[in-house]
Amino acid sequence: MKKLIVLVASLITLLVAAAAIAAEPLRIGALFAVTGPASFLGEPEKNTLEMLVKEANAKGGVAGRKLELVVYDTQGDVTKSVQLANKLIKNDKVSVIVGPSTTGESMAVIPLAEKEKIPLVSCAAGIKITEPVKKWVFKTPANDHVAVEKILIHAARYKQKNLAIITVSDGFGSSGREQLKALASNKGFRVVADEVYGPKDTDMTAQLTKIKASKPDAIICWGTNPGPAIIARNVKQLGIKTPLYMSHGVASKKFIELAGSDAAEGILLPAGKLTVFDKLPKNDLQLKLLRSYDQAYKKNYGVEASTFGGYAYDAFILISNALKKGGTPAQIRDGIEQSKRVVSVSGIFTMSPTDHNGLDLSAFEMVRITRGDWELVK
Amino acid sequence: MHIGQQIAQYLLSGLSTGAIYALIGVGFAIIHNATGIINFAQGEFVMLGGMFTVFFLTVLNLPLLVSVILAIAAATIVGVAFERLAIRPMKNASPISLVIITIGGSILIRGIAMLVWGKDTHAIETFSGNEPIQLGEATILPQHLWIFAVTTVVIICSKLYFNYTISGKAMRACAYNSRAAGLVGIDVRRMVLFSFAISSAMGSMAGIIIAPLTMTSYDVGVMLGLKGFCAAIIGGMSSGLGTVFGGVILGILESLGAGIFSSGYKDAIAFIILLIILFIRPQGLFAKGDTERV
Repeated sequence: MKKLIVLVASLITLLVAAAAIAAEPLRIGALFAVTGPASFLGEPEKNTLEMLVKEANAKGGVAGRKLELVVYDTQGDVTKSVQLANKLIKNDKVSVIVGPSTTGESMAVIPLAEKEKIPLVSCAAGIKITEPVKKWVFKTPANDHVAVEKILIHAARYKQKNLAIITVSDGFGSSGREQLKALASNKGFRVVADEVYGPKDTDMTAQLTKIKASKPDAIICWGTNPGPAIIARNVKQLGIKTPLYMSHGVASKKFIELAGSDAAEGILLPAGKLTVFDKLPKNDLQLKLLRSYDQAYKKNYGVEASTFGGYAYDAFILISNALKKGGTPAQIRDGIEQSKRVVSVSGIFTMSPTDHNGLDLSAFEMVRITRGDWELVK
Repeated sequence: MHIGQQIAQYLLSGLSTGAIYALIGVGFAIIHNATGIINFAQGEFVMLGGMFTVFFLTVLNLPLLVSVILAIAAATIVGVAFERLAIRPMKNASPISLVIITIGGSILIRGIAMLVWGKDTHAIETFSGNEPIQLGEATILPQHLWIFAVTTVVIICSKLYFNYTISGKAMRACAYNSRAAGLVGIDVRRMVLFSFAISSAMGSMAGIIIAPLTMTSYDVGVMLGLKGFCAAIIGGMSSGLGTVFGGVILGILESLGAGIFSSGYKDAIAFIILLIILFIRPQGLFAKGDTERV
């Protein structure tokens, strides 16, 4: 009898102690452009992160600690994101920040994260975020130049020497344009036409006529919907038979729907693996995770998971891996930097003190649109 | 492909975008002619036309023609409601405050559309196929012919309406002098309501016929509205040929600018031309200057 009382008493003490530890949840802050022009990024990011935190807490948290998520909507506004980042650090006392969604916002928040020594895992693609490397800043989307390289490798294989580029005049397009021109001249391509269009333009036949006259071996278009869909249609209207490459910015079924499977036929693009997970070989390391993410997202929100939501997924995986080594901001930072072959949505991350993105060419698959669906190309 | 072929394509591309600008511009002109204000919510009716059509086509699965008619009707109702709720209650407001109200209205309509339909871009099937039509050295799409046809019909109808019907003449009378029009027994308020109904119907029609080419989303109205406004300004706010020429000039300048100079400065070229026109001929290229009798 006495033994039993001792046992019960010690059990209770243990439980209380555990509750006391568990009562101190780890606070994760998030800055996403949930509304406004970049909402196509922010909304799936927020949904994904909320879903993952809920799942993790249902399983008892990460490394024995419950998670608490504080999400703020930056509306894609640079000033707001700095204010909200301040609020996350000073008022909410978060240990790590996920986001912001866009490159401009991320660049604005970086000085603050560096000064306050809070790790920031940005969900924006701009190369400037992690190059040069900043101690407290990471990012999960692959750099634009990885996608550019993927295209150029394909073009080189098909002996396409003269390239025409047409890019959208926003941040995504001008970053793509810089990378395209730099890498193309590095690798011995010639850029014979360099055209631009506005994000709200409704007809690009003028630019494409000029491109047609320059007789390129391939056309590379860099933009996000709906521009590239209009370009695909315009290319067909003008009867241009030159191979057409698109960026990873349109790697979604939405693009095929907008362009129409007729105009989209034969277009080549680098796509994140999430887009084509059902076409991946059985032994792909990411396959299981991609499928479960897609299913869970569909179950929770009724729509397909998007690459953009995947950026937040990556951030969560990196952070929860790091948490196993300790939960202070400095420990989380070190943990993320030491990530080795961490399998996630955007790719397999291997970080180092000189690489705070951790993705390489394997983050993308080259695909061709065939009869309204993706087809992997070698 | 030599330069002649290129220019033929630039001209044809410019003509087809210009026709779209013209159709939107006429909507601006009609309200301006009846009320003396610029309705900056005009672009939103273009958006509503396209989005309502998408809604009826995909959500309610109605046939194209029925969807189009319902979409025009729905956009017209929104236009009428807008006038009743936002413009009419402002008794004796100066034109400038009414213009500001229309800007507010446009933001409101855009916001509601975003909440109701989401932020995605949508495409509509073209009315008669996607096979390009070869015109000499240049190509256009069958949908462009629809745009030309609808623009022509709309311009002719509005010309006939304003010149040969009682209510059309009454509307013009309101524009010249609404007080005097009221004194001779014209119901000025009804005419204003009418002008909003007509121009929202017209705007939505423009939105519907261009949606298969340009796609549609909750925010297409901003840029298209602005371009339509430019067309109307160049044309001297006429509800007839002036605005058509205005639209076509703008469209051709844009496409020549993009093709021959630099596509990066396409919009800049078009807007610089607009500024020059406003400096030199503020009454528009085709309008005769107002003559004031004392």
